[in-house]
Amino acid sequence: MNVVSKHPFVDALVAGGRALPASTASWLNLRRSLALERANALSVPTTRDEEWRFTDLATLNKLRVEPVGQAAALVDVAPYAVSEAATRLAFVDGVYAPALSSRSPLPAGVTVGTLAENLNIQSALMGVHLAAHADFNEQVFTALNTAWLRDGVFIHIAQNTALSEPLHLLFIATLKDAASCPRCLIVAEAGAECTVIEDYVAATTEAYFTNAVTEIAIKPNARVRHVRLQRESMQAVHIASCAVSLAKDASYVSQSIAFGARLSRYNLDVIHKGEGAEAVIDGLALISGQQLADTHTTMDHAQPNGRCTQLHKTIVGGAAHAVFNGKVLVRKDAQLTNSAQQSRNLLLSSTARVDTKPQLEIFADDVKCAHGATVGQLDAEQLFYLKSRGLPDTQARNLLTYAFGAEIVDRIPVKSLVAQLEKTVMAQTQASV
Amino acid sequence: MINSNAKTLLEISGLTATVAGVTILKGINLTVRAGEVHAIMGPNGSGKSTLAKVLAGHPAYEVTGGTVQFEGQDLFALAAEARARAGLFLGFQYPVEIPGVSNSSFLRLAYNTVQGGRGKDELDPLEFDDYVREKMKLLEMSPEFLDRSVNDGFSGGEKKRNEILQMAILEPRVSVLDETDSGLDIDALRIVAGGVNKLLTADNACVLVTHYQRLLNYITPDYVHVMESGRVIKTGGKELALELESRGYDWLLDAKVTA
Repeated sequence: MNVVSKHPFVDALVAGGRALPASTASWLNLRRSLALERANALSVPTTRDEEWRFTDLATLNKLRVEPVGQAAALVDVAPYAVSEAATRLAFVDGVYAPALSSRSPLPAGVTVGTLAENLNIQSALMGVHLAAHADFNEQVFTALNTAWLRDGVFIHIAQNTALSEPLHLLFIATLKDAASCPRCLIVAEAGAECTVIEDYVAATTEAYFTNAVTEIAIKPNARVRHVRLQRESMQAVHIASCAVSLAKDASYVSQSIAFGARLSRYNLDVIHKGEGAEAVIDGLALISGQQLADTHTTMDHAQPNGRCTQLHKTIVGGAAHAVFNGKVLVRKDAQLTNSAQQSRNLLLSSTARVDTKPQLEIFADDVKCAHGATVGQLDAEQLFYLKSRGLPDTQARNLLTYAFGAEIVDRIPVKSLVAQLEKTVMAQTQASV
Repeated sequence: MINSNAKTLLEISGLTATVAGVTILKGINLTVRAGEVHAIMGPNGSGKSTLAKVLAGHPAYEVTGGTVQFEGQDLFALAAEARARAGLFLGFQYPVEIPGVSNSSFLRLAYNTVQGGRGKDELDPLEFDDYVREKMKLLEMSPEFLDRSVNDGFSGGEKKRNEILQMAILEPRVSVLDETDSGLDIDALRIVAGGVNKLLTADNACVLVTHYQRLLNYITPDYVHVMESGRVIKTGGKELALELESRGYDWLLDAKVTA
């Protein structure tokens, strides 16, 4: 008798993980097999799980996806090119695509390449970090990604090396029903600096499944700027997590933008493992139609004198649904922590929905923690002001909606990307009114 | 400047209006001709600011009776944005802050919509930059105001200058300036009033809503109207403002009761 699985994507990825040839690195084989075990043991969350209350995975469970073995046909990457980024690593349906990548010479001390090509050279370093920051014991999607782990992005910036040009990591979906498990590892050694654009795009309008995991280790005094763009197809399911570990006086500044996917979930987990670390974690979801965009962030203040500011915005039109859960944990020893969180949400239609929840757990007594959440429509006084200067109603509404999103987009430290995204925000704003 | 042959720009007849079900305007009559400056004075709550907002088409106010003709057309048949394009301008008592919209793009959009609607060529950002910088000199404004968000973090005086800058750019036929003098120190008042004076011509008109005679030392009104409880209870020349300054409003209110 055939048993029909409730979660075909799990079966497909588990089978893919099992079929992987053994790696030359024994530590990697071990981590993969542990992850495979967990992927089998953990259940797929339902809306009865607190962490997934508003995000029903039925859309994903219905997909009949398969991992892709070979990079597909050539894709025109010109529309996604970021002019400031000479280095681009492109992956098509999860498979590295050298022909679409651009590997310009990099300064000494900077390694940007695939995990596979660096595994033998940097095995010891990778052994310390890969699958060490992103938890696969409790998170089924991270376990699936790790069980399947065979390639991905590897970025290493040596001590006191500052890379001024941004690095572009481009993940292109082209095939219907493809399942891909993009993986990135970024290590910035003491005093190092870099800017990374992690970019998910679609050359198809069909349904597929992206299950991404990124790990970022930032050593003392190092700075990483991280721009994350999720512009998947409107039928796609995008599940991703990013684990960021900050050492003493390290800095992590990120903007995470979600425009695409039928269903998306992004878990950002930042931990201050050293004193005086700083994180800026901003987000924007601009969705409409039947889209659901769920962002869960955890800021773990584990050491004293840490700072975090967070501004998460959503613009929700049609019958779309945005979810935000912002957990801030201040541990007993994390005195003099200064953490501020803002969740601001704009509803453009009567059927749009937002669920936003700050979640503060504070165990230290000498800390500053602020949080606020607003959900609303366009401000009537602002609207009247613009109209009193001759702007037609639609134009005035578009301008205000655009301005709401532009506050986050304008913080992106890559100029051409800001211009490109401003256009997207403007176009999507106009379409959703 | 009074010229009884001048064209009537604004004709308000028997105007009544409510906000949240409460009647604020109870029958306003006012005629404004080209070239004239009118001051509307009166105690708090007399309906001065309501009149200004009703004319501009604020959605919170409901017109319940009367008519307003603006250059011969029914003002209330026009949406707020169409009134602006027709040449009516409201200088806000509290200019609204709009973070995320740069002042330069806002001013340019307004210019292109209003002036473009009158047949002038639309200006691209570079052309507009030259145009607006010239107008900013009128109000002694620094060009850095162009890069900031609309009124965002502006001081009270900066916001009012930005209002008059918009008046300068849009070249309205009738400007209703709602307490443009409030929150201004003496230098800012001189600059703002000086700007308004330079913009007044024989073809346009200005209605100043104000509490105080102070503004009228700088902008000389042809008519002074006193409002009380939603009506104009007295109209006079500029000397009426001086009389109000020395005697207050009580003698007028008393006179009304005994009349």
